[in-house]
Amino acid sequence: MSSRAEPHRAGGDWTADEMMTIAASRALPDGVTCLVGIGLPSTAANLARRVHAPRLTLVYESGTIGAKPDYLPLSIGDGILAETADAVVGLVEMFNYWLQPGRIDVGFLGAAQIDRFANINTTVIGSSYTSPDVRLPGAGGAPEIAAGCPQVIIVVRQTRERFVKRLDFVTSLGHGEGRDERRRLGLRGAGPTTVITNLGVLEPDPVTRELTLTRLHPGVTLAEVQAATGWDLRIAPTLETSELPTDEELEVLRELEAQRPGASR
Amino acid sequence: MRYTNIVTVAHPAVEILPVEEAIARTVRDGDTVALEGFTHLIPFAAGHEIIRSGRRDLTLVRLTPDIVYDQMIGMGCARRLVFSWGGNPGVGSLHRFRDAVENGWPHPLELDEHSHAGMANRYAAGASGLPFAVLRGYVGSSLVPVTPSIRPITCPFTGEALSAVSALRLDVAVIHAQQADTTGNVQLWGITGVQKEAALCAERVVVTVEEIVDELTPRAGAIVLPSWTIDYVSCVPDGAHPSYTLGYTKRDNDFYVAWDAISRDRDTFQRWMEANVLSS
Repeated sequence: MSSRAEPHRAGGDWTADEMMTIAASRALPDGVTCLVGIGLPSTAANLARRVHAPRLTLVYESGTIGAKPDYLPLSIGDGILAETADAVVGLVEMFNYWLQPGRIDVGFLGAAQIDRFANINTTVIGSSYTSPDVRLPGAGGAPEIAAGCPQVIIVVRQTRERFVKRLDFVTSLGHGEGRDERRRLGLRGAGPTTVITNLGVLEPDPVTRELTLTRLHPGVTLAEVQAATGWDLRIAPTLETSELPTDEELEVLRELEAQRPGASR
Repeated sequence: MRYTNIVTVAHPAVEILPVEEAIARTVRDGDTVALEGFTHLIPFAAGHEIIRSGRRDLTLVRLTPDIVYDQMIGMGCARRLVFSWGGNPGVGSLHRFRDAVENGWPHPLELDEHSHAGMANRYAAGASGLPFAVLRGYVGSSLVPVTPSIRPITCPFTGEALSAVSALRLDVAVIHAQQADTTGNVQLWGITGVQKEAALCAERVVVTVEEIVDELTPRAGAIVLPSWTIDYVSCVPDGAHPSYTLGYTKRDNDFYVAWDAISRDRDTFQRWMEANVLSS
């Protein structure tokens, strides 16, 4: 999932993927604890810690709490995470004592497929679970992160194949069928509050919980976002534009990407 | 479970053996086997020994089946996989796992699929001698209808809706650790995953280690498994490669990246296994 060659956007010398990662990093306030998934979330969280959130506590589901890696780990269990952590705990403790009670403020997740209520599929593509068209890796820690963290942020590239009307499989529950379904099911966290893509930012409607486009990244048109969404996308009445990436954000991000294991492939 | 040992049966001393001997004595066709390790300390050398010994119809258990399970599945060792995340971390798919599930090659693979929290709790229940564990989890997930080892349960005290997951029971647990002493006490540190629970869930336990020392020096945050929880110890330096052993070896990230191309195609995979595992 390394950054792909893409046409540069108007307004600066940066790619849509870079804008996505930078927008995701800005969503993390300083001083919170964040459960970081590997890939885009890990890149964004490490960028945030270097640019505007030095007191951001990174927690990886491998049991490394307060990891301070000086390069992007390839996996959530790289040695650098254990070596720089404030505490390293076993997985039973990680999930039962730290994640389940809502002790980690923000869950930061990716997705293979997402629907209009920010439910996530990372299990199978196709109508049959036992004989799928594409077998994806599966749940990992995501269902309990999505259920238990007080707030969930999702970072995912926006395409018609990923933003689908109906998920083939609900691996991790977002807002279910909408409205107060999370509360009815007894889930304690607020669920997904922000979905950040390479095109813009979506947030759930306060009442229906349906994802609503609230921000476009610079140079992106509404038509592009609609073409990359598999349902009739709701648009906020006042659509904002993301701030341009700063030189510092771009410089730090590119340095992180260049040092990533396997970056030369 | 060792209930037969309750009163007067002495625990046999740990035997320190070559890994091929330890695997030959413990892993049988049809067994339920866990080679645990959460990215760190994955017992690759022992897994390769299971492949070379030609074991079949295994139920393989692990939260994160990665390359070694991809190899075992592609070589036809596994009938069933009990797991929660089957990918190549940071790289992408496990192609042999996908081929087995999507196309039934080399033969169909049954799945018993969970989340990490569910699997961790199943191990904890097994280690605790309980029939199940309880967690907040799986609510609204499509995993519930396809996974019989998840059942809804109501808290007898508060009436809350929770999920129960059945305990794991293993015939064999295989783990890799930094050190054992000469009597077979084992110490591991860094990311320790569910290895302690896996060992305590198993009838037979094999540990491969980087080195055997006269006496273990206690380490902050380390797990020590007393010798009487272990059956066989094998000294296999770099036995976790391409995974790693904190303090001894580095994770071979280049190999994890390279595995994508090696494993994508059946013939390339088989040639690689022939050259690098079967004939080594």
